[in-house]
Amino acid sequence: MQETNYRVINGPEGYLPPAAASMGVVLPDRGQALIEGRIVAEKEAMEKIAEKLLSAKNPYFFPGPLILWAWNDKAVEKAKAIKELADTAGAKIIPMSDYRPKYPMINPAEEINPNHPNLTIWHNKIDVCVFVGVHCHYANLALKIIRGGTDCYTIALCANYGHEDAMISLRDVHAEEVRNLTAVIKKMKGGK
Amino acid sequence: MNNKIYEISPGFEEIMPKDYRDLVNDGPFGKKLGVKDLGTFKELLEEHPLCAGCGLALSKRLILASLPSPENTVIVGTTGCSSLSFAQVAIHNIHSIFGNQNAVATGLKRALEIRFPDKTKDVVAMGGDGAIGDIGLGMVMHSWFRGEKFTTIMFDNEAYANTGGQESGMSQKGAVLNMAPTGKKYAKLPMPEIARDAGCVYSASVTPARPKRLEKMVRRAVILARKLGPTYIQIYCPCPTNYKFKPSESLKRTRDMEKSGAYQIKEYISPAAEELIKKFEEVK
Ligand code: SF4
Repeated sequence: MQETNYRVINGPEGYLPPAAASMGVVLPDRGQALIEGRIVAEKEAMEKIAEKLLSAKNPYFFPGPLILWAWNDKAVEKAKAIKELADTAGAKIIPMSDYRPKYPMINPAEEINPNHPNLTIWHNKIDVCVFVGVHCHYANLALKIIRGGTDCYTIALCANYGHEDAMISLRDVHAEEVRNLTAVIKKMKGGK
Repeated sequence: MNNKIYEISPGFEEIMPKDYRDLVNDGPFGKKLGVKDLGTFKELLEEHPLCAGCGLALSKRLILASLPSPENTVIVGTTGCSSLSFAQVAIHNIHSIFGNQNAVATGLKRALEIRFPDKTKDVVAMGGDGAIGDIGLGMVMHSWFRGEKFTTIMFDNEAYANTGGQESGMSQKGAVLNMAPTGKKYAKLPMPEIARDAGCVYSASVTPARPKRLEKMVRRAVILARKLGPTYIQIYCPCPTNYKFKPSESLKRTRDMEKSGAYQIKEYISPAAEELIKKFEEVK
């Protein structure tokens, strides 16, 4: 059961933001999601993601190696769905092709790295970002650094159990769930 | 895991940074390229931060071009100058705590054999002379005693270069370094012989001044390790920064070391290895 008043909101929270888990934020169960550290129904989180993406000035998707590389059919299917989602939301894409700690040689206009994601966010003035297809521990690392040093609003579409350190986090996200989210965004756009 | 890991998901081809596209399109994966093809393909080590003229950088470049199956190789590196350039190596690699590389490589190789029983996955432990000849020597030798099936490669710059120039077990007797001002008092460790006696089926020393020889040795070492047991290669890596010669003189120094006999090219091959070499080198 969740018993915390701690809110996972956009930073900058300072050099060493606490891990949300250590502040009592717990991962959602199946069918649930997280909004700013609070457990909510998945549907509510999807609508909030759509709202955040559509109202953002400069939204970006950060797809990771799990979908960028065509290592199995599921990855390819999910990659296609993500491309469609980003296009529908009017978001740009910067890839996280691998996790080698390339600082300071990273070109922040071209790629993002989990060890210094703030550089890419600052350089491109990104106000909302979506992590997808990034291995959990690297997503956690990057999400915490982003919260520590930038005011970017983070969203994680996780294929496993979700991320406490993202401001909004969905769990069990595969190609089908990505397409569902696209449908929510399309509906919201149409309804405006 | 399969080699599709090196294909980009459809729709993302243009979004991926150029370096990655070049690796996919022009990299050595699955193409059986070698040292003689250097300059014609996207290499696995680029833009490294090592000093100008560093023999280690050149050696690493040659080793990477010599790997028989880079797409199925995992490198285990460790602390030292070489570790600074592993971030730029476009091949699976793990950084281990100083001197632990052969222990980590042991676990990794065993795990890969269980996880991919039908595939050949090569593991190569790489480190400097400090990691392999001194601080990690216990773990290095025990991996050899146990007959672990992976290759160990030493970048032998004859010093702890990364920390300002202390003498190492591999420094030559009399070597004067920043932090060894009165000269080293005992002889260079005979690592190729130690490796041979500790159970390596193949043990060799070479320099980057002989790229083809180096390539042959790396291929032999990696292929033999797959079937027979531990293999060892030691590569002389001149360090202009700590031995205070011009970066442009690195190769000259390497040749001088060979000529004077201070650095000897050696190759110890066990009878079983000899047999196997005959087979795979004939097939080629
Ligand atoms: S200090 Fe020596 S070994 Fe280290 S990077 Fe510089 S030249 Fe190479």
